[in-house]
Amino acid sequence: MAPLLEIKGLKTHFATDDGILQAVDGVDIALNKGETLCVVGESGCGKTVTAMSILKLIAMPPGRIVEGRIMFEGRDLVPLSSRELDDIRAKDIGFIFQEPMTSLNPVLTVGEQVAESLRRHEGLSQKDALARTVEMFKLVQIPNAQARVHDYPHQFSGGMRQRVMIAMALACKPKLVIADEPTTALDVTIQAQILDLLQDMKERFGMAVMLITHAMGVVAETAQRVVVMYAGKVVEEADVESLFESPRHPYTQGLIRSIPRIDLDSKQKTRLEAIGGSVPILINPAPGCRFAPRCRHAFARCAEQEPVLREVAPGHRMACHLGDTQGVTS
Amino acid sequence: MSQYVLRRLLIAVPSLLGISLVLFIVLALAPGDPFSELATNPNVPPEVAAALRAKFGLDDPIHIRYLRWLAAMAQGDWGFSFVSRMDVDTLILQRLPATLYVIGSAQILALLIAIPVGVYAATRPYSIFDQIANTFAFIGFSLPTFFTGLLFILIFSVTLDWLPFVYSGDIKATGFRWLFEQIRQAIMPVMVLGLFQAASMTRFVRSAMLDVIRLDYVTTARAKGLGQAKVIVKHAMRNAMIPVVTLIALQMPAVFGGAIVTEQIFRIPGIGSLLISSILSNDTPVVMAVTFVFACLVVLFNLIADILYGWLDPRISFR
Repeated sequence: MAPLLEIKGLKTHFATDDGILQAVDGVDIALNKGETLCVVGESGCGKTVTAMSILKLIAMPPGRIVEGRIMFEGRDLVPLSSRELDDIRAKDIGFIFQEPMTSLNPVLTVGEQVAESLRRHEGLSQKDALARTVEMFKLVQIPNAQARVHDYPHQFSGGMRQRVMIAMALACKPKLVIADEPTTALDVTIQAQILDLLQDMKERFGMAVMLITHAMGVVAETAQRVVVMYAGKVVEEADVESLFESPRHPYTQGLIRSIPRIDLDSKQKTRLEAIGGSVPILINPAPGCRFAPRCRHAFARCAEQEPVLREVAPGHRMACHLGDTQGVTS
Repeated sequence: MSQYVLRRLLIAVPSLLGISLVLFIVLALAPGDPFSELATNPNVPPEVAAALRAKFGLDDPIHIRYLRWLAAMAQGDWGFSFVSRMDVDTLILQRLPATLYVIGSAQILALLIAIPVGVYAATRPYSIFDQIANTFAFIGFSLPTFFTGLLFILIFSVTLDWLPFVYSGDIKATGFRWLFEQIRQAIMPVMVLGLFQAASMTRFVRSAMLDVIRLDYVTTARAKGLGQAKVIVKHAMRNAMIPVVTLIALQMPAVFGGAIVTEQIFRIPGIGSLLISSILSNDTPVVMAVTFVFACLVVLFNLIADILYGWLDPRISFR
């Protein structure tokens, strides 16, 4: 079965005053129907740009999709114009943004903001669209939905606004929902509620979810498959069990080690590990592995040759020279 | 809402009192008054002049004179123009429509140019359209109205002979002819004032739109597949108009100032030219009344701006 979404060799670059910023540089991601895929990586690794590229929501210019294909249901989205994409946006692919505080228009009622998408894609009348909106609000557990649709965003708390965003993204029952760090801006207790709600909605509507996050805890809780990104590239891809049990890439290993543990007793507890250094600036990056400067296992070849994704176990791929016996030139 | 408007009107009373006090003091300190001409007129004996001054209370202390003016004003007596030989309120009511007609049309013209041009330029920053719009905006607000006014007269009245350059208060025509003449004679002053306003307003609108267009909720709207036009007009423009309303309200005094100059150039019989001629002829009651009317108009436009905010931005409540 062909995947629902297949991103192949995507390169999204931004023109800056200092040169071309290679925010996404050759990313391959595939997502099946009904699957939850987590894209993990630290800030600035290109995960948001990858997601925004799918529906061309990046600012263009300065952004530009230089290369690659984004196949959605067998159709390449890259050559489509913004006008052609409008039929897919919200209808087939819904988007949940990171900041519920700023992602809603302050001067329109929340009901109108959900209903307008229903009117656009389902051709509903003003009245029917509002009725469906009330239904959606009930579904995402906004109390007193009938009255709250007429309220403005500033009358809602952060968690409630994120529920509105979810209702908005799901209103047209899309086949794929892209959630860009949907819980990052929320309180910890609310985070769990929102993740549960997403999971719930996913089961109810049978849609695929692409969840972008930097929190490994969120990954463990929700994902079926995981893609780890670093500096605009995919460094490892596996199903969630094998990724947590046997992470292969030194970066993934570092990410997992940096999760605080409370299950160890006090004698076993050690200082929480962190990955030293920071994400490289992606303007004219040095050749070789982009993680090499921060990698404790780096050796000569890492600075010269760029590692490519290779299969290390069934369904488990990673891009690292470690343990690679093929193609060694010396 | 109506309670809010009522309270705002009540708040306007002390500020108008303050304005009137300042105006009165400045005019009292200025050299000359309606009777200063009598002193130099050899046909009027000095004792008659002095008696007249005493009769009208011109030599009384300033606070007494102010209170007397205020009391008369409150009863609807705006004073008497010694130069025009008529009541000040009838004089102003005669002149005000021409001013409001020209200023109002100029403001509408300015908005009709500034909003579409500013919005379109902001959606394509640094494009050829944006560069051209910017260039015209800079030229527009660098050229003072007294210069463009004379330039227009030179081109459209003197050289091409298309438009009249003297504005007539009483057109000798009726029906459509009257309307046609009324529009024809207003074209040049409205263009001069309107284009000047449009130039700076375009810049305001453009920068307000640029601030908004990059915000998250505009991306949210685009992710809903609404189409560029709807995203811009429904989601971005309404937010961008909030600061623009402030700026337009704050510009009102400058607009009236510009209208005075324009009225003078095109000989429009409005209250601006009335103010100039009254100052030149020491007609203090008229000067006082006209400046006070200007003050009232500025206060009124600020109130309208505040009400517009509440309509544009639901986060502002009328409390």
